[in-house]
Amino acid sequence: MSEAEESSSYPPIDPVSFDLIIVGTGLSESIIAAAASAVGKTILHLDPNSFYGSHFASLSLEEITSYLNSPPKSITAAASSSDSDYAVINLIQQPLLSDAELISCDSVDESTFLLENSRKFNLDLGGPRALFSADKTIDLLLKSGAAQYLEFKGIDTSLVYNANEGLVNVPDSRGAIFRDKKLSLKEKNQLMKFFKLVQQHLGDNEDGKISEEDMESPFVSFLEKTGLPPKIKAILLYAIAMVDFDQENGEVSKDLLTTKDGIDRLAQYSSSVGRFPSAPGALIYPIYGEGELPQAFCRRAAVKGCIYVLRMPVISLLMDKVTESYKGVRLASGQDLYSHQLILDPSFTIPSTQSLSPKGMVARGICITRSSIKPDVSNCSVVYPPRSLYPDQVTSVRALQIGSNLAVCPAGTFVLYFSTLCNDADEGKKLLKASMKALLSLPVSGNTEIILQSDSEDKKAVVLWSVIYVQKLTMSKFEAISSTPTPDGNLNYNDLVDATEKLFNQMYPDEEFFPKTTSPEDSTDDDDDNGIIMEN
Amino acid sequence: MHGQPRKSLKQEDESLLSAKAEKLRALQSQFFANHRNRIYTQEALDLSAKLLEGNPECYTAWNYRKLAVQHNLSRSDPNYVAYLFDQELKLVENALRKNYKSYGAWYHRKWVLSKGHSSIDNELRLLNGFQKADSRNFHAWNYRRFVTSLMKRSDEDELIYTEEVIGENFSNYSAWHNRSVLLSNLFKRKAEEFPLEEKVLQEYEHVRSAIFTDPADQSGWFYHLWLIDLTVKNYAPLLVSSWPSHGSSITLNGNNCIDGCGLSLLNSTLSDTRTLPVILYFNQAVEGVNLSTVTVKSEHLKEDLVWKPLITNNSSTAQVWGAYLNLGNMELEQSKTYSIEIAIGHSMGIVSSNGYQYGDPSQIAFKLCVQSACTKPVEEQGGKLTSWKDNNFQKIDHFEDSDSTVTADLHIPTTSYWCMKAIEEEITNFRELLSEDACKIGKLSLARLLTALDLSTHQHDKRKNHTEEVLKLYTDLVELDPTHSLYYKDEHSLVLLQQITSSRESLLPYCHYYKDATEANTSYVCLRLQNLSLSRMGSIENLLWVQMLDLSHNELRSIEGLEAMQLLSSLNLSHNKFGSFTALEPLRSLKSLKVLDISYNELGSHSIDTRRYLCSSPLANTEAFDWDRFEILCGSFSSTKFWEAFLIFESLNLTDLNVTGNAVADENFTSFIGKVLPTLKWLNSEELS
Repeated sequence: MSEAEESSSYPPIDPVSFDLIIVGTGLSESIIAAAASAVGKTILHLDPNSFYGSHFASLSLEEITSYLNSPPKSITAAASSSDSDYAVINLIQQPLLSDAELISCDSVDESTFLLENSRKFNLDLGGPRALFSADKTIDLLLKSGAAQYLEFKGIDTSLVYNANEGLVNVPDSRGAIFRDKKLSLKEKNQLMKFFKLVQQHLGDNEDGKISEEDMESPFVSFLEKTGLPPKIKAILLYAIAMVDFDQENGEVSKDLLTTKDGIDRLAQYSSSVGRFPSAPGALIYPIYGEGELPQAFCRRAAVKGCIYVLRMPVISLLMDKVTESYKGVRLASGQDLYSHQLILDPSFTIPSTQSLSPKGMVARGICITRSSIKPDVSNCSVVYPPRSLYPDQVTSVRALQIGSNLAVCPAGTFVLYFSTLCNDADEGKKLLKASMKALLSLPVSGNTEIILQSDSEDKKAVVLWSVIYVQKLTMSKFEAISSTPTPDGNLNYNDLVDATEKLFNQMYPDEEFFPKTTSPEDSTDDDDDNGIIMEN
Repeated sequence: MHGQPRKSLKQEDESLLSAKAEKLRALQSQFFANHRNRIYTQEALDLSAKLLEGNPECYTAWNYRKLAVQHNLSRSDPNYVAYLFDQELKLVENALRKNYKSYGAWYHRKWVLSKGHSSIDNELRLLNGFQKADSRNFHAWNYRRFVTSLMKRSDEDELIYTEEVIGENFSNYSAWHNRSVLLSNLFKRKAEEFPLEEKVLQEYEHVRSAIFTDPADQSGWFYHLWLIDLTVKNYAPLLVSSWPSHGSSITLNGNNCIDGCGLSLLNSTLSDTRTLPVILYFNQAVEGVNLSTVTVKSEHLKEDLVWKPLITNNSSTAQVWGAYLNLGNMELEQSKTYSIEIAIGHSMGIVSSNGYQYGDPSQIAFKLCVQSACTKPVEEQGGKLTSWKDNNFQKIDHFEDSDSTVTADLHIPTTSYWCMKAIEEEITNFRELLSEDACKIGKLSLARLLTALDLSTHQHDKRKNHTEEVLKLYTDLVELDPTHSLYYKDEHSLVLLQQITSSRESLLPYCHYYKDATEANTSYVCLRLQNLSLSRMGSIENLLWVQMLDLSHNELRSIEGLEAMQLLSSLNLSHNKFGSFTALEPLRSLKSLKVLDISYNELGSHSIDTRRYLCSSPLANTEAFDWDRFEILCGSFSSTKFWEAFLIFESLNLTDLNVTGNAVADENFTSFIGKVLPTLKWLNSEELS
């Protein structure tokens, strides 16, 4: 299809003037679309892709393969009406994702199977991702009304990897500590005592509070002070508080978590366990994949009048010739649209303005397997604490296995997501490969058949298909033209939701971020658990 | 549900509730009309259903439904019968959704199912739902036991179920309890598949996890206690001690008084009846002690012994049995020695309350000697006032060789190696827990474990026992957990008494000669257990020989178990905490008792006797209460005030009684007591004319 033909196929958009134009349907953009439309702003929400979600999308196997192999290229200006009153600045789209490394097994049968079932996969671009049952994203889903479009299921179990024992359960609740077979009696007592200490601190009684001095100290020092053994400390830090960087190695330690933050994370974790009776652990995951989340917010926005146009690239900005202030955008169709404010997906950069400051990167990986990494468990999360894979591993690796009961893959297969923060692509990919190898049997090129495991060896799950890629990290930016943050390296969306709320408040200082509605259509019960649909 | 604060009702809720109550009242009056007129039409049934769905607590309505079912069953169409019962089951289910703790509703369901017309397949599914909603709902657990036995579901399957429930939340008394019930059944029925040792060790590990994870949660404690009991328990009954003890010789002075055990007896109290008690003390309550199970070999015995339970628990079983040798009939000659042999359990028949046969046939042989020369003529009964003052007592340096006050236990229950190992391992674990967490469960369990260990090893090495440590633990617990201090004090008393009575050496410091002030050459042994903070009595099996006992200046509230001390003739209970006469009930069995000091207690201070439910009361008494005599004696007094005292003292033959320092002891009372006890020579240290 020639470009001319393509542009002629773009539908014209009417009206042409909006309060806000948003480009990209990632989670942040979608939340702002829903929030701004909830307070009556007129919004046009565009996405150059044919799917919702941008970097938060869930894609079929074929889609994700082609997306990662050929990231969207910038589209040059179509027939531009040069008689414009505005200065036209072309937008540059720089792919956030790079260094994709795809491997699939050589078995003809399996390749055919994957090909035939491509559409049955909903693979998360920004994985691994899950929600804590009690985190603020859940509150946001309820407050915004987006929860009604979603259905969740609990992640069965949380695991932590260590080199000696392999995968062990995270003793994350009273019941889990009791059931745990690997903890000694003393460790059970110490761990539960620590949980009680935290509960007491969070309680109303002033007596049980942790001292102010301790709250400002690093969490790792506080744990040391309570005399917890190293194994328990690692579980608390990396598998429950979900700390990214090694906290115990003085030389490389950066971003030491304070006790205050550590306690907050523990509190969130423990209040998550058991919030929904049908979720056995702390985490829940949306059926059909993480891509459902931005879509739910978009639907919310659409209900409130936001206009959606997919497959609509924006090619340039229209600036006032005199004041050089933002006026509007020019679409790939050549149509010019006007708005007071503009939000851009983080992959766009505007020439002449300083580009978004990069804040490291995150390496992500996806594997499709035929069997679970843990027998009898379909959905589980895994943490590889720093130094668990090799001595100079300075960051945690997080993984999430999702089975077919969450409708993200065909029956009999599992999808595994991996991620870790890194300074460069090589470092990140090396760590991900090590973490995959620790649990999975990766395809070796040259072998035509799936490797037969000898019985003596632990049967590892065999990988049919895998991909590793690296994603740049940037923060949100508020200006006349604002940018949303990229998917971060966390497991949940809390930081992202915070940044998004902040951006909204900067853009609309006088408006409330999702005001409580009273219309019957939106009414959610006082009971805050009502409204989240959990499947058994 | 548990652990959820109750919200106080808002104004509008209250008005809503009263409107609801109004509606229910209307329904109820209609219902009662139907009930009275025995109307069991569908319409009437629907009305009662509506009432029950609104208020499942309406017991009359459930009973009405039962009557209605029985009435309608006369229509014998089987389809209709099934429909009838289904309707009931549906109603119960609805009522339970309203209140899943309704006794009436659960009972109705049981009733319907026991009629056998309904399928029980659905019941477990329903139960799982209710038990998920509240896993500690004991109604559901009760019903579950009913349903599983009806379904003949295996105990093994139910065991797995309890494991799942406990795994989800181990703070579940019902689940742990059900587990102990199931395991007990399995141990009994399937000893081969369920080897006690292996399973008990697994269960220790299981419950240890719960206790260590959250020592503050009490549900596991009870299970742990049950396990300890299971580990050290002797299933087969054994004889623990006896009087006379095996190998002892008893000297009888003259024709009608005896010297026992080489120690002088007191005022020959037995001479009255010319009988000699024989006491058998078992390790647990047994039945079937009679002529065929206990045989006596003696050439001179003219009549059969009659065995009677001494401490009963309202059943035919007792831990202590007694009989009386009638000396008068034996035609004993002076300066001769007679041997008597008692064989116990050589034929089957002595059975514990849970069905175990007496384990180890045993024999008690003792000698009776009649001394020709009485050193002095025997005083007439109650001739002198017994004085408990210190200067009347003299320390004993050593027991005479012939003394056999404390004899070795007849049968030390043997504890198998694995049991000892299990207990020792638990001790190690609980010491570790205490090093982390000075919690009460840790201390209590450790104390119990050490006691259990000492009991099973004390025959091997007495020096290695842990009594001091156990006593310290209980002392700590009194401080740590004041709410249950009475319990800890009781346990402390038992351990202390166990220590004191465990050997002759340990007993010696507490034994004194009683020196009568007027008769310098008569001296008797008195066991003086004063100022020991005892709150209850124990180790009585080691004290069967005692004739004079001083328990003054303690904290006793009860003397349970004292019935076994059939030789006791003088007892000092002054300066204790007895709050009522019913607490003195064991005295009624002490036929030899002559001297009793109960001064400075709290008799009469408490208008309500909170302990009475543990002891018998005149109203509950199985023996005939001699109302006629009581009324004559009471005369003009407010009679009800004294009936407890009457009940205790009426059957005693006291010569010396002291009740001063009690709220009850006013003039009326003393004069009443004087009439109840005509044998009395001394009352409140004053000689009666």
